[in-house]
Amino acid sequence: MDVPILRLEKVVKQYDKYRAVNEVSFTMPPGALFGLLGPNGAGKTSLIRIITTITKADEGAVYLNGELLNSRHPEQIGYMPEERGLYKKMKVGEHLIYLARLKGLSPAQARKEIHHWMEKFEIQDWWGKKIEELSKGMQQKIQFIATVLHRPPLIILDEPFSGLDPINTNLIKDEIYELNRQGTSIIFSTHRMEQVEEICRRIVLINKGRNILEGSVKDIKDQFKLNRYRIDFSGEVPAALIDAHTVVEHRDNYVIIQLKAGEDSNQLLRQLLQAGVPVTAFNEILPSLNEIFIRQVQEPQTA
Amino acid sequence: MDKLLLIIKREYLSRVTRRSFILATLLTPLAFALFFAIVSLIFSYQSDDVKRVAVIDEAGLLKGAIKDEQHLFFKFEKGPLDSLRANFKQLDFDGILLIPQLEDILDRNFTVFYYANDQPTPDIEALIEQRVTEAVRDYKIEALQLERKQLEALNTRVQLEPEPINPQASDATRLTSAIAAGMGGLMGFVMYLTVFIYGMMVLRSVMEEKTNRIVEVMMSSVRPFQLMLGKIIGVGAVGLTQVAVWTIMIPTLAILVQLLFGIDPSSMNLNQPGVEVNPDDVQAMTALALQEINNLNWWLILPLFFVFFLGGYFLYASLFAAVGSAIGDDMGESQSLTLPITIPVILALYIMMVAVQAPNSSLARWSSIFPLFSPIVMPARLAFNPPWWEIALSVILLVLTSLFFVWLSGRIYRVGILLYGKKAGFKELAKWVFSRD
Repeated sequence: MDVPILRLEKVVKQYDKYRAVNEVSFTMPPGALFGLLGPNGAGKTSLIRIITTITKADEGAVYLNGELLNSRHPEQIGYMPEERGLYKKMKVGEHLIYLARLKGLSPAQARKEIHHWMEKFEIQDWWGKKIEELSKGMQQKIQFIATVLHRPPLIILDEPFSGLDPINTNLIKDEIYELNRQGTSIIFSTHRMEQVEEICRRIVLINKGRNILEGSVKDIKDQFKLNRYRIDFSGEVPAALIDAHTVVEHRDNYVIIQLKAGEDSNQLLRQLLQAGVPVTAFNEILPSLNEIFIRQVQEPQTA
Repeated sequence: MDKLLLIIKREYLSRVTRRSFILATLLTPLAFALFFAIVSLIFSYQSDDVKRVAVIDEAGLLKGAIKDEQHLFFKFEKGPLDSLRANFKQLDFDGILLIPQLEDILDRNFTVFYYANDQPTPDIEALIEQRVTEAVRDYKIEALQLERKQLEALNTRVQLEPEPINPQASDATRLTSAIAAGMGGLMGFVMYLTVFIYGMMVLRSVMEEKTNRIVEVMMSSVRPFQLMLGKIIGVGAVGLTQVAVWTIMIPTLAILVQLLFGIDPSSMNLNQPGVEVNPDDVQAMTALALQEINNLNWWLILPLFFVFFLGGYFLYASLFAAVGSAIGDDMGESQSLTLPITIPVILALYIMMVAVQAPNSSLARWSSIFPLFSPIVMPARLAFNPPWWEIALSVILLVLTSLFFVWLSGRIYRVGILLYGKKAGFKELAKWVFSRD
């Protein structure tokens, strides 16, 4: 396996008596689109601040590209915080140049990258506008450009779509996919599960400072699936068949059945066909990340 | 280092290029010039309230002559008082001045009477008293058969002329200490203003960055200490720019105003009645004062002033930055935290005012060494040539203290700037200093 872009080993952050990050470990392969999930106050921001070198871990270690985190690393990371602002009195162009230069770009490089991105977003005529003249959504585009224009190998986006309309959300989403396709590793932090499910292939779930779940979205769903199947049909299902199974839901045109341990889906399908039920669809019901998330966060921790 | 320079550059340029800054920098001296021009005009204003006064000189003290003024005309009348009072209006008089017989030539008090419907205005009162005093004096000299020259010799004006013990030391004139006090007070006051104005500018700017959350974005590129230091240096450079522009503009404008309006600042006292000023003397005094200002050791004072400015500014601006990072968006909340910083600054200003009067008192000496006061008090003392070791000690202590405060504030800032929704007191601030990154 390649050197992981990011590896955390038992990272701890203590504030006074409150442990914000408690022995969090995970590994992120290069080029991943990685979801960092957790309810509000779970320690996501504390963890991100450690990865972005804003604060230091009290214990444990963070490796970026196999290297222990150090002061040269901020230039290799692009971070768009959830709470983000810009200097209101500055003009768009000079503001972006300033942020780019703080990330180590030369003025010429900065200019080139900014023009590239402004063209992409079709906002070339904003160069001389003051930030305060822009709407919140427009400012968010500028913030996104500022996050990515130094072409960092690792990008961390904390709730990147909050406050964006559907059109701009899609625009940014497409750029995230595009960057990922080009090899950029991306951490996507949110508590919006449907977005994670749509975008990420791997996730880490953090609650109360601990990571309680880690892996690919598919594996996690398999791990938490309840062996439920939905059968859509026309006509009737014989009562005997219904009684033989645990039925979760029964409607006029479909039924949801939970299989017991040892039963498999082919067996169920066979029984249905033998009973002459006209099946129109047969689907396994996988739990949504949202359900897993809620279940994991609300249940007293056992894992 | 590169990042620090970038931050300084932004903090500096974003302020200096702002229209409000350019206007304030250019207009403040103009406003001052306008103010002084108006004040000069007011003081040189002559009353246009013309009065005619009938004079009844029973003793003949005035010998039939009293000098008219632009707005005051005298006419001798034979009297008697009663008929004059009756025909007062027809004769077109505004008042009647009655000078009675001088009963006792040795009496030092003499009362004359002014009859009018209106109270005599202060300028008329002073003028008449002065004229009559002169006339009585002349009358007494004659009546007592005194020698005028001898009499004038009685009025001796004593002046203290400071001289050095060591004949090689530079000679001081009687104006030296007055000029030194003036220049010292001016420098102390400029220090006080700059520390306050630009310290508050740092405070506001830190609070702004925290409230609009740009700081979250910045922190992923730069260290908190870099951002704080860059801001302090950038704003300090703005302050120096402004002060430099004013130091050039204000004297230039002052000269221009004098040339344009032909106003001599010293004329302000001249037109007050009752004050005898020899015009030659005023010019001589002005020349002497200018010479005294030139004689001050500017090659020492100006660099030291600069050093104390930097020390004082860094000391207080860093404290303001620390407090700004702890506050957030509530300006009202800031009062309890800024007060402990502003109190020493204000105390120093008052001590400075006393120190220019008694520059070698123990209060002046100790406060000009104590680092919280020295940036304001020591510049005020510089014109009095304080002992070199006091200056050296003061500078060393100030540099060490301001470095310590910059460090201390950096520790507080680094925690405060990333913390939201928590009102911090001094206990928290102290805790932050020792907390880990």
